[in-house]
Amino acid sequence: MSSVQYSIFSLLRNAVRDNRGWTPAWRKATPAPRYDVVIIGGGGHGLATAYYLARHYGMRNIAVVERGWLGNGNIGRNTTIIRSNYLLPGNLPFYEKSMMLWEGLEQDINFNAMVSQRGVLNLIHSDAQRNAYARRGNAMRLHGIDAELLDARAVREKLPFLDFDNARFPILGGLLQARGGTVRHDAVAWGYARAADRLGVDIIENCEVTGLRIEGGKISGVETTRGIIAAGKVGMACAGRSSQVAAMAGLRLPIESHVLQAFVSEGLKPFIDCVVTFGAGHFYVSQSDKGGLVFGGDIDGYNSYAQRGNLPLIEDVCEGAMALMPRIGRVRLLRQWGGIMDMSMDGSPIIDRTPVDGLYLNAGWCYGGFKATPASGLCFAHLIARDEPHPVGTAFRLDRFARGAVIDEKGMGAQPNLH
Amino acid sequence: MNRHSASDRSPRAASGRKLSGRLPSGGLIDRGRPLQFRFDGQVGTAFPGDTLASALLANGIRLVGRSFKYHRPRGILTAGSEEPNALVELREGARREPNTRATIVEMFDGLVARSQNRFPSLAFDLMAASALAAPLLSAGFYYKTFMFPVAFWEKLYEPLIRRAAGLGRAAADADPDRYDKVSLFCDILVVGAGPAGLAAALTAARSGARVILCDEDFRPGGRLLSDRVELDDHPAMTWVDQALREFESCDKATLLLRTCVNSAYDGGVYAALQRVADHLPVPGTNQPRQRLVRITATCCVLASGAVERPVILEGNDRPGVMLAGAVRSYLNRFAVAPGREAVVFGNTDSALATADDLARAGIRVHAIIDSRHEESLQIRALGERLGIPYSAGARVTRTHGTTSLTGVTIADRAGETRRIRCDLLALSGGWSPALGLATHQNGRPVWDETLCAFIPGDLPPGMFVAGSVTGLSGTGAALASGHAVGAAAVATCGLTPATLDMPVTQDLPDRPGALWHTLEDLEAPSGAAFVDFQNDVMAKDIRGATREGYVSVEHLKRYTTLGMATDQGKTSNVNGLALLAAMTGRSIAETGTTTTRPPVQPIAIGALAGPHRGRHFRPERLTPTHDWARAHGAHFTTAGLWMRAQWFARPSDPTWQETVNREVMTVRRAVGFCDVTTLGKIDIQGPDATRFLERIYCNNFARLAVGRVRYGLMLREDGFAFDDGTTARLGETHYLMTTTTANAAKIMEHLEYCRQWLFPEDDVQMISVTDEWAQIALAGPKSREVLAAIVDPGFDVGNAALPFMATVETTVCGSIPARLFRISFSGELAYEIAVPARHGAVLADALMRAGAPFSIAPYGTEALGVLRIEKGHPAGSELNGQTTAHDLGFGKLLSRKKDYIGARMAQRPALTDPGRQTLVGLMPLAPDAVLGAGAHLLPDHAAATAANDQGWVSSSAWSPTCGSWIGLGFLADGAHRHREIVAVHDPVRGNIVRARVCPPVFVDPDGGRLHA
Amino acid sequence: MRLPCSCCGPRDSGEFVYRGDATLRRPPPDAPETHWADYVYLRDNPAGPHRELWYHQPCRSWLVITRDTRSHAILAAEAAEAVARAVQAGPEAR
Repeated sequence: MSSVQYSIFSLLRNAVRDNRGWTPAWRKATPAPRYDVVIIGGGGHGLATAYYLARHYGMRNIAVVERGWLGNGNIGRNTTIIRSNYLLPGNLPFYEKSMMLWEGLEQDINFNAMVSQRGVLNLIHSDAQRNAYARRGNAMRLHGIDAELLDARAVREKLPFLDFDNARFPILGGLLQARGGTVRHDAVAWGYARAADRLGVDIIENCEVTGLRIEGGKISGVETTRGIIAAGKVGMACAGRSSQVAAMAGLRLPIESHVLQAFVSEGLKPFIDCVVTFGAGHFYVSQSDKGGLVFGGDIDGYNSYAQRGNLPLIEDVCEGAMALMPRIGRVRLLRQWGGIMDMSMDGSPIIDRTPVDGLYLNAGWCYGGFKATPASGLCFAHLIARDEPHPVGTAFRLDRFARGAVIDEKGMGAQPNLH
Repeated sequence: MNRHSASDRSPRAASGRKLSGRLPSGGLIDRGRPLQFRFDGQVGTAFPGDTLASALLANGIRLVGRSFKYHRPRGILTAGSEEPNALVELREGARREPNTRATIVEMFDGLVARSQNRFPSLAFDLMAASALAAPLLSAGFYYKTFMFPVAFWEKLYEPLIRRAAGLGRAAADADPDRYDKVSLFCDILVVGAGPAGLAAALTAARSGARVILCDEDFRPGGRLLSDRVELDDHPAMTWVDQALREFESCDKATLLLRTCVNSAYDGGVYAALQRVADHLPVPGTNQPRQRLVRITATCCVLASGAVERPVILEGNDRPGVMLAGAVRSYLNRFAVAPGREAVVFGNTDSALATADDLARAGIRVHAIIDSRHEESLQIRALGERLGIPYSAGARVTRTHGTTSLTGVTIADRAGETRRIRCDLLALSGGWSPALGLATHQNGRPVWDETLCAFIPGDLPPGMFVAGSVTGLSGTGAALASGHAVGAAAVATCGLTPATLDMPVTQDLPDRPGALWHTLEDLEAPSGAAFVDFQNDVMAKDIRGATREGYVSVEHLKRYTTLGMATDQGKTSNVNGLALLAAMTGRSIAETGTTTTRPPVQPIAIGALAGPHRGRHFRPERLTPTHDWARAHGAHFTTAGLWMRAQWFARPSDPTWQETVNREVMTVRRAVGFCDVTTLGKIDIQGPDATRFLERIYCNNFARLAVGRVRYGLMLREDGFAFDDGTTARLGETHYLMTTTTANAAKIMEHLEYCRQWLFPEDDVQMISVTDEWAQIALAGPKSREVLAAIVDPGFDVGNAALPFMATVETTVCGSIPARLFRISFSGELAYEIAVPARHGAVLADALMRAGAPFSIAPYGTEALGVLRIEKGHPAGSELNGQTTAHDLGFGKLLSRKKDYIGARMAQRPALTDPGRQTLVGLMPLAPDAVLGAGAHLLPDHAAATAANDQGWVSSSAWSPTCGSWIGLGFLADGAHRHREIVAVHDPVRGNIVRARVCPPVFVDPDGGRLHA
Repeated sequence: MRLPCSCCGPRDSGEFVYRGDATLRRPPPDAPETHWADYVYLRDNPAGPHRELWYHQPCRSWLVITRDTRSHAILAAEAAEAVARAVQAGPEAR
């Protein structure tokens, strides 16, 4: 188990010893024959689940199995934004819980993931949009979440370099969540992995699940490329691969897997202080602590497992970028990549039991899974440990689709690529 | 160079030590046309054909930039686009381009560049003090600290980190240049105009294929521009020029220089960036700065060459350390001496033979250091001929100097070390194939142990690889490979490959020996031995990462930031992997490589956006009365892509609100008109049109008589409301449907989906006629009189002939064909008049004249909104995709007798639950209290908590008719709560008012006016 | 990505709108509600060949395209209307 506590003191101590005193952040565990809980998926949600199971629910005999290297999925492929600026009562308490967990994360897991509450500003370009954002902001306030409706002048003071004077769609204001911001995404995976490891969780990389063992309607273990692992309970936190893993239990999910691209520019001296979303096109941007503009837009829009996107979407995103910030015309896009999103049928997630006893599902995060990581882990841990939903995650039921009790923030209906 | 020596602006004179680096003869430069440039304020001289890097060297400038983390002094490492060090801010003002690689900037007269990431000056950078703290700033140090006290991260630590972040500065103003996009199609795209690419392109062009040949350089030739190679006993450029002449004479062949093919997408789509005017002071009139070239190709021959690697050794980043191939480029192509006294260190004959090029340029070479244990006979002979000591099995272990190289330490075969004075170290660790494009579709590179290189593995469909990107060395091999691969591509395109006369070459393939580093102790690598120069990743950072378990290549990259700088690790990734492999006791093949992502070279965001910026971000759709409205004082607003008149201000109106009040009251009291062309109009015809509509709408359409109009509500298949509008039956098998403005295209798609996929048995066709018909709503008690005045004689518009919800075809204004619909959005006696779009303005004029006796006025979308709220018609904010027919008060419309889209799912209890929030009207207790749309509804006097959240205001307006603010909203069990008082809670606008719930119709609830 | 429109030939994917799984069949109106819920909400979401519906906006053709979701390789393309008619005609007719 990793034993070195991270602090300025351990840094100084190591600095004078050629940094020889550091030990692995997490052990390279090999599978034991049996665990009380096996979490499938060594991404942010799976690792957070294991951590909270060990930390808050007194479970110790836990494994996280990951088919590749830890954190190779969407935890390392997103645009690092955290926020709780949701509209609907099914989502609001959950995302606010997540925000509160972010706010104490570093001290909790002793790993600086650089939670940076720089603010998230959604721009408004029409009267109807202003009303919609007022509705959202008011819903947030009713849930005890900070929200401010800014007028055009206030936006201009904050972001004077936006195109206020020659825009096709004028900027009329914005909805600001000052507590929103960004987090260093990879560090979240490493931090949870290290913290879980210190509590005895086995993190088993390069271990792909190839089958689920079900006996008499109850889960009994997982078949992996590193052998059969018996398990009392199994949690699936497989994001874009959820449909494949669920299919091993004969389940079909209300999910399609879609590619979402993200982009980073060359490093620049900082000039964008908060996260900005363009309301008249598909574009959002923030600037990292290294100076790169981190930006993205809409999903490509078709089922894909290829982790890469296509050109029309990139052009669309850059058109939005230039429409909003014409000063970045000569800034260069450095790198683009794609992640596979588990797009659900109403745009909201699922944290629930499955028809198989002891098999639990955490999926349907669409392109919003990163900000949800802590609360998703906590709620999934709660569900697995107690067999009942966590109070802030009661709406994320699997049967809500058939019942029609959908949580459809955008009002797009059962068409995943429109959410 | 010292920018404070302002009294003398010449860099040569700025320091007596600095001499011109320009060689007296040779090079592919035009010495007849001297150019001037400025770097950090000092003037230098250059020639056409120079890059900024060669010009800097020619003017004796070796210190060009500072590194990211430790602000180490950096010079010029390469002569190409892989440059990690020599980054500058190019140009000034709104055209400032940060992080621009001096090695690819083509010289022009008046060029201005500035060093970046230094304070206060390049030579004296205070931030370099951070290097002193290097032991503390080990890779990933920031993950381990800055956690206490909690508030300090955002208030202190992070602001400090951000102050140090980034390299160059983005321009402060909008980019003034234009960008263009073009789509090209070809049989064969050839990437790279080096020997392999030229051979492939010429073979393809001779074969009659449509060929596009791209090269990122401004001169074709690749390495032939820089290496002294002879083809058929002539300088290689003779063959290059002749090959190009023939290529360009083929009529289906296109050569695109200054064009980097950046990414390979699915289906043979490639994105290339053509730097059209970057070599000019400013683009010419109507000339774009850059052009995004989308190329669709059946085949692609990737001949992108290879990138030379430095060697990891202590002080390898010092200005004066340069890749051997770059040294040859500066000597031979640019006629510039990159130093005066040199040492050559490498692991291939071709790299070590750089000593020959140096000697020919009159540069003293003190030693040729060969890392291979076996002596090379060729290099031994070269050393003897030139009188240069040659040592095999030796290595350079460190460099010396401050801001510039002054010497190197060499360890011989026995481990004996000695120090040699030099100001140039020509360094080579071998070559890495530039295989980025080959991996863009998830193809993994494969490690080749004999070539000591990752070579392309699975290729994207249609891609071929030729030349040194495959790991080959030598011009002869490249030419042969290019021809063979070009021929294979030609055959794939169904053509017969032509032959090519291969020129004779003397060069031999190299035999590389692995050379990654010259570190003594991999356990504790000491000193500043850099792996990634730009991100300041040192060997000891790799060691630290492995110690902490970040041993997967992707973890290493993300933890240390190796390969994440603007050069994307082109010179550093493979070295980093080799070091990781050595430190973890694995082979390089086992260690694997990180994924190369597009683009191959960073690409300006402006170029990807093209012309779609500012007012041209999206097209503007204008209504047929747009110009007419402008002439009548309209203020416009955006409605999706449409521009619509929001109101028509008159000089007598003190505020826009007064304007809207006047327009509303004009309609209520007399008559007004409004362009409603933007509503979607779909013409539906066919024997099964009626059955089709029955399946589309939730309400009954089977018994709609010809000449009548009906309101229709569509659901989605999940049972929620989708869209609404009126549909007129124009004939037995002919309907005209209207949709909301926002959903027009979506409904068209939906109808086609239903027709082609769900109900192919229905014999029906449809087409959008939104743009074909100008449609104007004429509303108000006097509307019939106005209408009567514009219809052509003989048409009866009386109540009997044209009752409410009737339609008729007629002519107006003197034989203009027209359709009249007696429908009303305002609640008044009203008509919509449709005429062919070109007559829209004529119709508006006619209405103005005919309505003059009643003081008719045009009205805009704002008054339209007020009128419909007063009448309680749902619009976009009510039909928001989250509401059901039940919520909207349309539950009774749902037919129980037929199958239609959404029929089954709409019956689910959750969609008709009485507790759902349903449509209500709202009136504040104080009439002038503002009801804000978006406010939430709480029980009167209840605490502002989520538990008390019972609904929200969807639309609101000041109603001049009611003399009060009014609103529409959704309230839990709203239909049963009329007359109840609720709190309208709008904290984001600082507004909380009390309002009474009422039925959602404020005007003429019995509908008497509609039938008047 | 380029998609073969049965009306217009191969065109850039930017011209198309994606709808999703083309193996789903709208249940008869009197089918059990679970059939309807499955039809509306559940998807196989395969990693591999996927028959899917695309709409070519310029010509308004709906297409059934078979595409590998791992590689984006286009394996087949048919006019949706023809597929729908064949399905209605029954398996024998196909």
